[in-house]
Amino acid sequence: MDGIIKVLYDMSASMILPTTAAFAIAAIGLNVHFGFTGLLNMGQAGFMLIGAYGFAISIGAGLPFWAAFLIAVLAGIAFALLLGIPTLKLRGDYLAIVTIAAAEIVRMIGRASVLNDVTGGSNGLPGENFRNPFSDLSFFGDGQTTLLWFTFDNTGVNGWWSRAVTWLMVLVFALLVWLLMRSPWGRVIKSIREDEDAVRSLGKSVFSFKMQALVVGGVLGSIGGVMYILPTSLQPDSMGRNMTFLIWTAMLLGGAATIFGPILGTLVFFATRIFVQGGMRLFVPDEILNTQQTEQFSWIVVGVALMLLVIFRPQGMIGNKKELNFNV
Amino acid sequence: MSNAVAKKQGTKSAAEYRAELNKVPHKPGSHKPEAILTVDNVSRSFGGLTAVDVDHLEVQRGVITALIGPNGAGKTTFFNLITGFDTPSSAKKLIGGPSSSEAAKWEFNGRSLGNTSAAAVSKQGMVRTFQLTKALSRLTVLQNMLLGAQHQTGENFFAAFFKPVWAAQEKANTEKALALLDRFKLLEKKDDMAGSLSGGQKKLLEMARALMSDPVMIMLDEPMAGVNPALTQSLLGHIQSLRDDGMTVLFVEHDMHMVRHISDWVVVMAEGRVVAEGPADTVMSNQAVIDAYLGAHHDTDLGDDKFLTDTAAVRIEKEVVAEEARSKKTKKK
Ligand SMILES: Nc1ncnc2c1ncn2[C@@H]1O[C@H](COP(=O)(O)OP(=O)(O)O)[C@@H](O)[C@H]1O
Ligand SMILES: [Mg+2]
Repeated sequence: MDGIIKVLYDMSASMILPTTAAFAIAAIGLNVHFGFTGLLNMGQAGFMLIGAYGFAISIGAGLPFWAAFLIAVLAGIAFALLLGIPTLKLRGDYLAIVTIAAAEIVRMIGRASVLNDVTGGSNGLPGENFRNPFSDLSFFGDGQTTLLWFTFDNTGVNGWWSRAVTWLMVLVFALLVWLLMRSPWGRVIKSIREDEDAVRSLGKSVFSFKMQALVVGGVLGSIGGVMYILPTSLQPDSMGRNMTFLIWTAMLLGGAATIFGPILGTLVFFATRIFVQGGMRLFVPDEILNTQQTEQFSWIVVGVALMLLVIFRPQGMIGNKKELNFNV
Repeated sequence: MSNAVAKKQGTKSAAEYRAELNKVPHKPGSHKPEAILTVDNVSRSFGGLTAVDVDHLEVQRGVITALIGPNGAGKTTFFNLITGFDTPSSAKKLIGGPSSSEAAKWEFNGRSLGNTSAAAVSKQGMVRTFQLTKALSRLTVLQNMLLGAQHQTGENFFAAFFKPVWAAQEKANTEKALALLDRFKLLEKKDDMAGSLSGGQKKLLEMARALMSDPVMIMLDEPMAGVNPALTQSLLGHIQSLRDDGMTVLFVEHDMHMVRHISDWVVVMAEGRVVAEGPADTVMSNQAVIDAYLGAHHDTDLGDDKFLTDTAAVRIEKEVVAEEARSKKTKKK
């Protein structure tokens, strides 16, 4: 019984983690790219990583929190422009290839040993290096607070402060995307997803709108990256192709081209993984699957779930069938 | 709308523009007194095949010009070229390429359009529709229409966040869209996804959407293919009233009824070239047209509407099937 309660607790706790929120922010950004504009960004983790480096290195250089945050945003904009200018005039596949490659390049450069002093090489940068300016902003005070069945520090690593801020950000970004998508700007964006030539024939510069969308989603990725490393640490290898794949899964799971889809998808995704992993640990003896193997197995479940999803419910959990999104 | 268009178009009335055509000689590339579009040396080849090779063509302002010609004559390619969706093989190049006097150039409404993007061409008032419809399937019919409106404040990224900034304009555009939808018998469908419309309805939607942008000249590629015949009549009337409001219309059509019924001038293309020009009745009896259009059917009476429309229908069908197969192939690539 205790075991089951523990699994349930772990599931609910994983859903309010600040890293889960950070992940949701990146998924909202990817949804602007793919769900609304039809851009195949296969390197969202690269946007996260570039934001994370921009932030962590700036703090290391002694900049205040807001300046470092701004640099992360600017890094995301610059990265989007760099990738978009050569590819957005070409067919969609080119953006996909270039974003995969660029995300890998960012990671490779970040972990290169010549840059050890700046990026920490393959070890990355520990959270203590850049966390404090963010914690210092907290007005939650010291001590602990219990809410429902959760007890956390008010301000410390992973405390209520970072949870509140990141989840608030998720809601704000969802609201901003909603405002955008109900506007004529959003109409052009969605039309580009449907047929670029039709949009051109009506006098809109498709390139310019695609670029704007790429920047918006990329900046959300970068901000997601900053929020992702704040409660943990910056490890380039944990923000690679895998992470991009997981963000895609979460977005598709919830429903692309919807406002809450990426958020819901992220929550369900993290909770399900804990559920599979915890459940297996409880009911499958160690001789059959040890801890490491259950973890691997839970990833297999994720892969299979994604396949089933694409086959049986392509519009995701809350997507509209009429607006479903797999015919790229 | 009619006033705005009339202003853009200068001062003469539609009837005067039409009357001017009486003096125009009936030969390919003839000079028009008031040309809105002038095309020189536009050619396009695909590998060894020369799809379009137009030396000179002028389109008179304020009238309805039909562009006809057998399947594969290069009409659609010609549309693509002058609207910026394709580039002539004869385009001026930085290095090499044809000399200036031989390079492709075309002028619309007094402005050269040689190196202009498709979006910019449309912004100048030359708006086209597509033979293979490009309805935005997962947007509603009304949203499709609203996309056509020009100068939308709400399409600016920063303004988009603040609805009060663009709400009034959106409302005005919506009213205009609903009026057009009513005209095109699509009003009940306004909240349906455009993808759920029939082929003919998609054609209508695309035409109505193009009209949302108040074009100076509208270019319709087979606008009535697949459209309910009962509706065709009223739409032809609508096209004529657009012309009477000062809009210039250039359309590709296979249906000779329609061509004869509404066009003020007919341009005939065959194998990429302009082979004849003139009013509908004269052109139909032109020997070059008979040769081009009917090929083996020399002895058939071109005045026989039934024959022409029927074969045309078969042709369109074949053509659509072939083009769809082609576009599928390119998509797969
Ligand atoms: N993208 C293309 N690639 C190769 N050939 C093409 C392409 N587009 C058109 N063509 C060829 O050019 C010729 C003219 O085609 P098109 O302009 O569609 O004719 P029309 O519209 O008058 O029926 C045809 O022979 C067609 O096969
Ligand atoms: Mg054609």
